[in-house]
Amino acid sequence: MTPILSLSAVTRSFGPVEVLHGLDIDLHAGEVHALIGENGAGKSTTMKIMAGFLPPTSGTVRIDGQPVTLTSAAEAEAAGIVMIHQEFNLAAHLTVTQNVFLGRELRRGLFLDHKGMRAQTQALLDRLHCHASPDARIADISVPDRQMVEIAKALSRRARVLIMDEPTAVLTDRETGVLFEQVERLKAEGVAILYTSHKLPEVRRLADRVTILRDGTRVQSGPANGMTEDKMASAMVGRDLSDLYPPKRRGGEGVILSAENICVPRFVTEASFELRQGEILGFAGLVGSGRTELMEAIAGLRPRDGIVTVNGATLTPEDMRGALDQGLVYLTEDRKECGLLLNKSLRENLTLLSLDRFSHGLIDRKAEEAALDRAIADWDIRIPHRDVLAGNLSGGNQQKLLLAKTMLTEPRIVIIDEPTRGIDIGTKQQIYRFIHRLAAEGLSVIVISSELPEVIGLCDRVIVMQAGRVAGQVSGADVNEQSIVRMAMGLQGEAA
Amino acid sequence: MTTVDTRKAAPRRRVNLHAIGPLAALVVLLLIGMALNDNFLSYGNLTNVLARSAFIGIIAVGMTFVITSGGLDLSVGSMAAFVAGVMILTMNALLPTMGLGVGVILVGILVGLLTGLFGGAINGLLITRGRIEAFIVTLGTMGIYRSLITWLADGGTLSLNYELSGVYRPVYYGGILGISWPILVFALVAIGGEIVMRHTRFGRHCAAIGSNEQVAKYSAVNVMRVRMATYVLLGILVGVATVMYVPRLGSASAATGVLWELEAIAAVIIGGTMLKGGFGRVWGTVVGVLILGFIGNILNLTDLVSPYLNGAIQGVIIILAVVLQRGGLKAH
Repeated sequence: MTPILSLSAVTRSFGPVEVLHGLDIDLHAGEVHALIGENGAGKSTTMKIMAGFLPPTSGTVRIDGQPVTLTSAAEAEAAGIVMIHQEFNLAAHLTVTQNVFLGRELRRGLFLDHKGMRAQTQALLDRLHCHASPDARIADISVPDRQMVEIAKALSRRARVLIMDEPTAVLTDRETGVLFEQVERLKAEGVAILYTSHKLPEVRRLADRVTILRDGTRVQSGPANGMTEDKMASAMVGRDLSDLYPPKRRGGEGVILSAENICVPRFVTEASFELRQGEILGFAGLVGSGRTELMEAIAGLRPRDGIVTVNGATLTPEDMRGALDQGLVYLTEDRKECGLLLNKSLRENLTLLSLDRFSHGLIDRKAEEAALDRAIADWDIRIPHRDVLAGNLSGGNQQKLLLAKTMLTEPRIVIIDEPTRGIDIGTKQQIYRFIHRLAAEGLSVIVISSELPEVIGLCDRVIVMQAGRVAGQVSGADVNEQSIVRMAMGLQGEAA
Repeated sequence: MTTVDTRKAAPRRRVNLHAIGPLAALVVLLLIGMALNDNFLSYGNLTNVLARSAFIGIIAVGMTFVITSGGLDLSVGSMAAFVAGVMILTMNALLPTMGLGVGVILVGILVGLLTGLFGGAINGLLITRGRIEAFIVTLGTMGIYRSLITWLADGGTLSLNYELSGVYRPVYYGGILGISWPILVFALVAIGGEIVMRHTRFGRHCAAIGSNEQVAKYSAVNVMRVRMATYVLLGILVGVATVMYVPRLGSASAATGVLWELEAIAAVIIGGTMLKGGFGRVWGTVVGVLILGFIGNILNLTDLVSPYLNGAIQGVIIILAVVLQRGGLKAH
């Protein structure tokens, strides 16, 4: 059978650097083809070439067996190839309907067919079990809903080839389930799907065929059955990953942080908890359960009621600088919008949070450069050259830079929100080691994560939030998937 | 992604063509000036151009900070006129009680600086606390100050007392070592601005806010305070510029400082600062001011092109500067 879309011996260079070395990949109708690899392995480049965003440097792209030159995304779309981006391509101030039909609006005579477009959008959203209104502005709907709108937009284009770049990165388990149903359905309709994800269980469940990239080269390709998650991970990283999480460690006895009856308007109701010296405390719960808002309020980034004490000192609400002075720092989940200045150098990003340490009237440039040297070495930040902009780093390296920036304040308490979102498994393992190293050095760490295995693998004690409240906590042997999920869904009160 | 051995990678400086662009344009302009008129490089002509450029220049340095942090201030021209009016009225009013002397002038200067400071603070407060867009706020205050100076002058001209003008004159016409005061003050403001922008926390914070306000907030930058400070700084510099300007003509009217805001913004943009914020270059702004100043001067000295086309040529240069910057970014 002729593949709908195929790349053969495709290479791609950026300047003198070749990032893709002679890749072959075929997408067949009615098949989900998973493309996996670490960050920087060449997945994005491959997808961009398929979707017409980038021309290959050499090699051939074929559609239905015919060599083609795609010069733009519009041309690819006309050929039935649609890509769903990880960073959404949605206009924030337009409505859901306007976005779905952007660029191919329906008309009735000279004027727009508002009714028709709205009805079709509603039908698509219903199909996706998405409750967002077709008339809501994108800026006003949640991130998972935005992902669904992206998918609705692709569905409305009647794609023959659908390229999905980590579609589940921002989805909860339930939404992921809905997405999978749609993928299965499209597959049954004969659409060829290219699927990338860092979540190997998903790949295992969804893919018919798997291609594994490492450093721009295909290291393995074949049918999905017979490939275990461990095999995939080892092939991606090129080494054995059996010990993803370091052995767990127990916190000390002394309480270093206590939060009492924290309320954040609209998000959190009367949350109380304690953090012990040298502990890695997990915070689990569904997306939207108020974990991030609670931590941002504690760190002084949001208004709050309630009392927060660090080592006996009470923190003033909405005073991040004051919290930093007490050694408490929060590392955001949104590294692109809240964490790093993407169009600035590594040095400027690294020292932004702790600039007072580098300036005595004037900023000490040499000290900054020295700090960057140390950060690059300590955190294993891999960069092509020193004056690269933060936005040009891979997700994993951005996260390491963000960690380095945060740790430069020499905190005693670090709150890390989604430490490994959108990061490949090799870097994940590194970041878990870093977190353990911090705890071993006597820091107290709070880890918020939507990935249960991560919380379970890292933490000896886990607090579960549900609908803005602390639903309960588990520790020791009770830290397991079942007990956490039950609490997160609100099935169980104070237990364990 | 390739890894570089970071121990060997000493900080290396790549020649940034797009940073040098405005400087090259200035050099070309100077060469053209020299070729067209023998008098161009004379002490008299250069001093004249620089002294006239000083007012816009001093304001443009402040504007660089405002624009770098993602703001804008359209009110500086009419604010300058208003400050000049307030200074003249104050000095004239104090003359009978304080008598003729340096004292009155000093009080007038102080009042000028304070009026500028308050003007900037009002803009800043409305923008930060009032959460109104900078464009709207300063469009409003631009109209208000312009109207106030017209009202104060009753539609005509406010003139500084003749004898007082005589005492004040040296501040514009005098100098040391053959360099006139406006040029010296401009140079000091520019050097100070460059140092603050590149080597202090305040400068770094301005760029951070302009680049991504959210990231700045999460990096414990007090966004409101820094933003406020940029407008206050600009207000004070408008005061400084006006203090240097008043002794030149000794008067203020509805026509004082007209379009200064656009010239200042143009100079900032020509110098390579990004209009949407995130990156600012004070020395670039100085080059921008000089480019605008020399274009007018060359047109006046030669009869190649009518001086009436000065605005058109400046317009072309502004658009060209932005196009070239974009090209530079793409190549990056």
